[in-house]
Amino acid sequence: MLLNEFLLLGAALFCIGVYGVIARKNGVMVLMSIELILNSVNINLLAFSLRHGGDVTGQVFSLYVIAVAAAEVAVGLAVVLLIYRNRRSIALDEMSEMKG
Amino acid sequence: MLAVSYNIGQQVSFGILALMMLVAAVRVVTTKNVVHAALWLVIVLAGAAAQYIMLAAEFVAVTQVLVYIGAVMVLFLFGTMLTRSQIGKGADTDNKSRASAAIVALIMAGTLGYVLVNSFHAEQLPDVTPVSTERVADAIFGQYSLPFWALSIVLTAAAVGAIVLARRD
Repeated sequence: MLLNEFLLLGAALFCIGVYGVIARKNGVMVLMSIELILNSVNINLLAFSLRHGGDVTGQVFSLYVIAVAAAEVAVGLAVVLLIYRNRRSIALDEMSEMKG
Repeated sequence: MLAVSYNIGQQVSFGILALMMLVAAVRVVTTKNVVHAALWLVIVLAGAAAQYIMLAAEFVAVTQVLVYIGAVMVLFLFGTMLTRSQIGKGADTDNKSRASAAIVALIMAGTLGYVLVNSFHAEQLPDVTPVSTERVADAIFGQYSLPFWALSIVLTAAAVGAIVLARRD
């Protein structure tokens, strides 16, 4: 296996996720795109872990990334729920109260 | 390039998985239906778990299935349900910056692809040797125990915070 196969797959997933974060309006869908980005990071970490002869550091940090992603989704969905309750809509481009 | 030995089985399974993941990822960010997007995301996450196994990280793959496909997807489906997102055809899920988002993503893909191909050319990964979960556990509770404790506090704070935010009173 080539190292670059995995790295390019990760890069492609990352770019698709970035597109989703910018282009999506629905708050839940933006969170899904963030999950794509975090998964591409994990593929990179594990590819480099194997490259360095099975060094477990990459695996440990990908586990930490998974845990942080779970925390992020829980808080993110609670925030989206709160926004929905207050405004009856989760369209992110309608929220401009904090615009200077 | 010519001297390297290719494992055909590995290559074929990588190709199938990668193609499946990319198609599903594109559908996640383009479909109009929130529930469909969540189900496409399941395919991407399952494909990623399979890639982790090909990278000799079984424990991470199992954790991915448990945490992402088990817990995070349920959260997403509940989030969709509770916010009554518009579901179905005609739902307005994209904002006006789609064109600029596509440009940003393409520039980023071009840059990343150029840099990766330039720096790693055709570097081979070593043959897959199983990494025992014992070694992962030793690293988590030994060398990297400080981030582990920090992460425990983050998770607790996030769980409590999510409950405080979401409860109704």
